[in-house]
Amino acid sequence: MEIVNITKSYDSSFVKQVEKESGQNMSHCYQCGNCTAGCPYTFVYDQPVNQIMRLVQAGQKETVLKSKSLWLCATCESCTTRCPNNIDVAHIMDVLRHMARREGYAPVPTVKSFWDSFLSSVEKHGRVFEIGLLASYIAKTGRFWTDVDLGPKVLPKGKMHFKPPQIQGKEEVQKIFNRFKEESRK
Amino acid sequence: MSDSLNYAYYPGCSGTGTSIEYDMSTRAICAKLGITLNEIPDWSCCGSTPAHTVDHTLSSALSARNLALVEKMNLSTAITPCPSCLTNLKTATHRMGKDEFRDDVNKLLDTPYNGGVDTKSVLQIIVEDMGLDALKSKVVKPLKGLKVAAYYGCIMNRPPEVMNFDDPEHPMAMDNILTALGATVLPFPLKVECCGASFGIPRKDIVMSLSGKLLDAAQDIGATALVTACPLCQMNLDLRQDQINSANGAKHNIPVFYYTQLIGLALGLDEKELGIDKLCVSPRKVINDIGAEDAS
Repeated sequence: MEIVNITKSYDSSFVKQVEKESGQNMSHCYQCGNCTAGCPYTFVYDQPVNQIMRLVQAGQKETVLKSKSLWLCATCESCTTRCPNNIDVAHIMDVLRHMARREGYAPVPTVKSFWDSFLSSVEKHGRVFEIGLLASYIAKTGRFWTDVDLGPKVLPKGKMHFKPPQIQGKEEVQKIFNRFKEESRK
Repeated sequence: MSDSLNYAYYPGCSGTGTSIEYDMSTRAICAKLGITLNEIPDWSCCGSTPAHTVDHTLSSALSARNLALVEKMNLSTAITPCPSCLTNLKTATHRMGKDEFRDDVNKLLDTPYNGGVDTKSVLQIIVEDMGLDALKSKVVKPLKGLKVAAYYGCIMNRPPEVMNFDDPEHPMAMDNILTALGATVLPFPLKVECCGASFGIPRKDIVMSLSGKLLDAAQDIGATALVTACPLCQMNLDLRQDQINSANGAKHNIPVFYYTQLIGLALGLDEKELGIDKLCVSPRKVINDIGAEDAS
């Protein structure tokens, strides 16, 4: 078991930042464990969600932000729906992901690559181009065998387009991304 | 038929591709039921899960561009079949209720969104605006003998204060629709358990485990088909069913319909129009057995 000396490592600015970005009061969590009891993803997490909540309360910034759990949460909203103190736990998980990204943590690279490929596709075309997304993901990760078995199932059904979508507002969507990047640099 | 069943329609990206049969069947049944769908001209992606994992302002801006387009259409309500699109559209509206957040989002947009659009699922307007009695009166081919498990997925109803529809733990909208169509709806304990969502590509093992549980549970209760309302759930359970069988040593052969396809069949619409042939696990036997004498 890992022992943490909270007196030495408590980072109060981290707790305040999480509260500010999520709009949630971390001290409302009394560790009942209901979030973890309902979380379908605990079996792949390195820290169960209630422990993430506790680690945030204890100001353990690095331990939280390097956690794989942040990248394996699907925002299924079980935790938020079932929290007896009405804490929007899924919102906190989302905000922690944002912070982890900003600090350069990506402990589950395939998930980050997939999300990044998805957003690049939206930025480029205004809508998701599914085959292009898969190609970009494979290029980023080198995982050439990804879902090759599904090709023969899905392609004959005419469900995948080989040409990217064309929308007139493509540039308007690109501007959303550009302005977002500008604002983030401020 | 009421003139009020008139909506802006947001198909969502998957509706043009991997869930094309959801979009096809939605359009077909709405035409038959007298529900007018006005596709939002030049709609763009809502950003789905990846956008909100990066930043909430960006995510809401991607949704709000579409809501601003709806404002120009002079329609009060936008509907979408896809729960993921719906969550993003609703969350954007919800969060933009706060002035500071709304200003931040509008800074990213060419056309600001002022918050005048209500968003709902197609499922919600069928149940609430049209009503089950009206639906039932149009059934020409009852789904007699079809034993189904209705699977809602995780975000159609949750979190309740944002989605504001049906019960967050034990939703009944699809159950009630399917019962109205004459199907036998079995009590399905995993109605709102997550299927593994968009981890199919980056972490297939997760989907194998979570969707595997759903298929096991459907089989255990004796369902001959699963019924979904979400493109991602449907894809994980249908397209990936062989992968799940290989990974888990199972032998499932359970067709996974969109609820709109079953409404269409009960309304007597052509299978082609409902994209029945787009499903991966063949529903042939299950459809042929509908209304058969020996079906119990």
